[in-house]
Amino acid sequence: MKILYPFLSIFVLIIVVFIGVHQADLHFLFGIIIPYVSILVFLIGMVLRVGYWASSPVPFRIPTTAGQGKTLPWIKQDKLESPSTLPQVLGRMALEILLFRSLFRNTKAELSESKLAYGSNKWLWLGGLAFHWTMLIIIVRHYRLFLEPVPGMIHLIESLDGFFEITLPTFYVTDALILICVSFLLLRRLLVPQIRYISLAADYFPLFLIFSIVISGILMRYVLKTDVVKIKMLIGGLLSFQFQVPEGIGTMFYVHLFLVCVLGIYFPFSKLVHMGGVFLSPTRNLANNNREKRHINPWNPKVKIRSYPEYESEFREKMIDAEIPLEEEKNE
Amino acid sequence: MKIYDSGKIGLGLIFFIALVTFPFWVSIGGNKQMPELKMPDSAHECVESKEFMRTNHMRLLNQWRDSVVRENNYIYVSSTGKSYVKSLTKTCLNCHSSKEEFCERCHTYASVRPYCWSCHLESE
Amino acid sequence: MSKYVPTRKNLLKSIEEESNFLSGLTPEKEWLDTPISFRPGNWCHGGKPQVIESLDAPNPRKWSPNDKDWQLPANWQKIIHQGMKDQLDKSRTLKIFMDTCVRCGACADKCHFFLGSGDPKNMPVLRQELIRSIYRKDFTLGGKLLGRLAGAREMTEDVLKEWFMYFHQCTECRRCSVFCPFGIDTAEFTSMARELMHSVGVNINWIMEPASNCNRTGNHLGIEPHTFKQMVESLVEDIEDVTGVTVEPTFNRKGAEILFITPSGDIFADPGVYTMMGYLLLFHHIGLDYTISTYASEGGNFGSFVSHDLTKKLNAKMYHEAERLGVKWILGGECGHMWRVIHQYMDTMNGPADFLEEPVSPITGTKFENARSTKMVHIAEFTADLIKNDRLKLDPRRNNHRTVTFHDSCNPVRAMGMVEEPRYILKNVCNNFHEMPENTIREQTFCCGSGSGLNTNEYMDIRMRGGFPRANAVKHVHDKHKVNLLTAICAIDRVTLKTLMEYWVPGVEVSGLHELVGNALVMEGESERTEDLREDPLEEIEEDEDEDI
Repeated sequence: MKILYPFLSIFVLIIVVFIGVHQADLHFLFGIIIPYVSILVFLIGMVLRVGYWASSPVPFRIPTTAGQGKTLPWIKQDKLESPSTLPQVLGRMALEILLFRSLFRNTKAELSESKLAYGSNKWLWLGGLAFHWTMLIIIVRHYRLFLEPVPGMIHLIESLDGFFEITLPTFYVTDALILICVSFLLLRRLLVPQIRYISLAADYFPLFLIFSIVISGILMRYVLKTDVVKIKMLIGGLLSFQFQVPEGIGTMFYVHLFLVCVLGIYFPFSKLVHMGGVFLSPTRNLANNNREKRHINPWNPKVKIRSYPEYESEFREKMIDAEIPLEEEKNE
Repeated sequence: MKIYDSGKIGLGLIFFIALVTFPFWVSIGGNKQMPELKMPDSAHECVESKEFMRTNHMRLLNQWRDSVVRENNYIYVSSTGKSYVKSLTKTCLNCHSSKEEFCERCHTYASVRPYCWSCHLESE
Repeated sequence: MSKYVPTRKNLLKSIEEESNFLSGLTPEKEWLDTPISFRPGNWCHGGKPQVIESLDAPNPRKWSPNDKDWQLPANWQKIIHQGMKDQLDKSRTLKIFMDTCVRCGACADKCHFFLGSGDPKNMPVLRQELIRSIYRKDFTLGGKLLGRLAGAREMTEDVLKEWFMYFHQCTECRRCSVFCPFGIDTAEFTSMARELMHSVGVNINWIMEPASNCNRTGNHLGIEPHTFKQMVESLVEDIEDVTGVTVEPTFNRKGAEILFITPSGDIFADPGVYTMMGYLLLFHHIGLDYTISTYASEGGNFGSFVSHDLTKKLNAKMYHEAERLGVKWILGGECGHMWRVIHQYMDTMNGPADFLEEPVSPITGTKFENARSTKMVHIAEFTADLIKNDRLKLDPRRNNHRTVTFHDSCNPVRAMGMVEEPRYILKNVCNNFHEMPENTIREQTFCCGSGSGLNTNEYMDIRMRGGFPRANAVKHVHDKHKVNLLTAICAIDRVTLKTLMEYWVPGVEVSGLHELVGNALVMEGESERTEDLREDPLEEIEEDEDEDI
């Protein structure tokens, strides 16, 4: 169920586009309206999600320290694993966000002959990192369709990505990479028993969705062929609020576009918000300078404590007998 | 609703929104017309239909090149039965006489950089 | 051993053969369809009514977790829902951790309870899902609309029982959070769940009674001031027997420079008492002007295992007493979660401590700048500084009968970043030191399996499972290097690792760091030492005149 339903829902989505565009001729709906809806839902949804997070304070400063903290001057501090200043925190965050530092630590525990052993296990790190970076490059590469004139930086990325200069049009390395990465992420969910056990429909759906987006994009570029000039016109129209739907753009483009729109709409309501969450995790984005600089909790509650006078009045006689000093003013 | 750390988080959100919407800002008011192509004065039809050529000219040229270079086959018979010489410079550019005003208009627009001209000389 | 745990052989067999991902076996049912079952050794007694009453806590009653009816308040679901909402409103940390998990599975085999039980609900991600599933149902659109398909479920009494079981199979050690790509910390979920359960009267006596005692008498066994003093004095006598030196601790003395607070286990529990003797020797050796309080006589904070309010209530006594006595700053003994509270919570909860001064070592003049605001220094920092400045006369050969390994306690390493100080001290006070394997020390250290208030006898089955990864690593160095002493800077460790070693790795004893310091200290006017602080005979030291000790 948790695998079948997401799979079927993707299937349904694709059929919807085929019927909508191919049969019902709803080009304006799929080419103009849905993309606007998607980008609005994505932006507003993300802002509201982050706003929801930000409407609560971080009551305690709870960095997870993964190395020596700053203490005595002659003890070498591990500045990136246990940062004590803002630049060090930024360094830790950069490592975390750009290179997935914590995931790099991953190990695999094995139990054999009553002994536990922990082997290095970097596949998830490698697959995850390659997936995210590839995705980023692919998105940036698409800016050739968003910007006119196309900036030199985009040219550079395209030519690096198309470095091998094989196939026509030029084969992008990232196209292959993302297929491999998504397949890896999907297969480990399907095949590794403990990952399969913890997976939810909400874990399969985005993977199936991204997989379909990738496939439709690849089909469009290498197999079915679409008129890229018309696509850029449609997108240019969207971006400049001059609505135009050029005729003769292949259906595969609408499939691709629609699935991307679905991803955008789904994003703020799903685990994909980890894109924002990774910046805000209090175990990573706070300095381990707790005893040096006081952290303020805005709702710090008033709590009634058992005060010393209460304590002394209960134990006064026993304390006198044991010659434990009492408060002076009462100790005559 | 009170927002905590509004400075830092707000800045992050503004950056995020700016990044996502940046193509809108640079596009507004821009010219959204199809790139203007200089069409041939004399000829009125290409080797294949206009629609086919728009999406598949690169494949056709690729096939031409392979069959000329590898099989020494110079004649292309179109779907309408007409014969053409498989030649970029002699057939295509014969009608589409300006590379700048025809080929490159679209290629630049769509950021496509074909490698035709790394062998063929531009002067023709 | 305890009647609550099978024999070592049988437990090992059960770890290896039970439906366990580590041994390649997959559970038959999805976790949502797997009911829990209470059996001897896997649950702790519920909070006793008089204990709950003494803390003005909700729903005091006589109950037992294996009762069918938990006698919850009629509106308990509402209380939990409202409590969740309040906690989410109060803590961005929880919101982020609820929303951000992608179930990548990196945490799955990082939990000592998972490694020792194979129970899938002990994978940190599933432990979180126990509560995240309720969050989805109550607070997210997808969960409301799609229900189970979205991983959401209703809060029922069975769920509450599941919470009780699995949020008491988490010791808030934060090992999972080291590996999580988003730093999601299961300890936050555990403290959330325990606080919610506490709000409907579901808690365990082993946490609540010590908390109540700490509140009333100052320490977790409820020792009254005169007895407390006697106990320390009997340690003074023991010190005299071994060293011939009379140390003179003072109690509740106004005007002392430093207030010393250590977990009360060091006063009365074996082997913590030897660590206490080490402190007393050290302070005497350097002539420290310090006092011990009977009112704030507990470093540990049992409140931190239940709720933030109770944490604050118990912790407040430290500053309260420091202010009353007029000391300059506070020195804290070796303890784990005590230092989580002091390092990450105390200043926020009960600060600012502007009646104290920035801590300066009266012996070396070193300013502890890292404790500038909280004004409390860890004894390992203090001692490391003394050694570095060559202020201690040490003869590490007096620990030659010990081959030592060091257990990093969860909280000092993963919440303070205390890694090198204890090692530096160890290397100066003993000659035979071996590290355990890399993936089991420093920030990757394994919990003793009984932390966060679980070190009770009736919980022995779970404790021995939870401690299995730690014991396994100790066994490795025991076999390889003949390690016979496991040193730790945590009071719970000292008590629970002893039990753990007796069960899994007989032949390895457990000590605190300052016990070894106490052994090595060459005191002025001491008699010749033939025994260590435990009154175990020392190895014969061949005096080499040329050697400068």
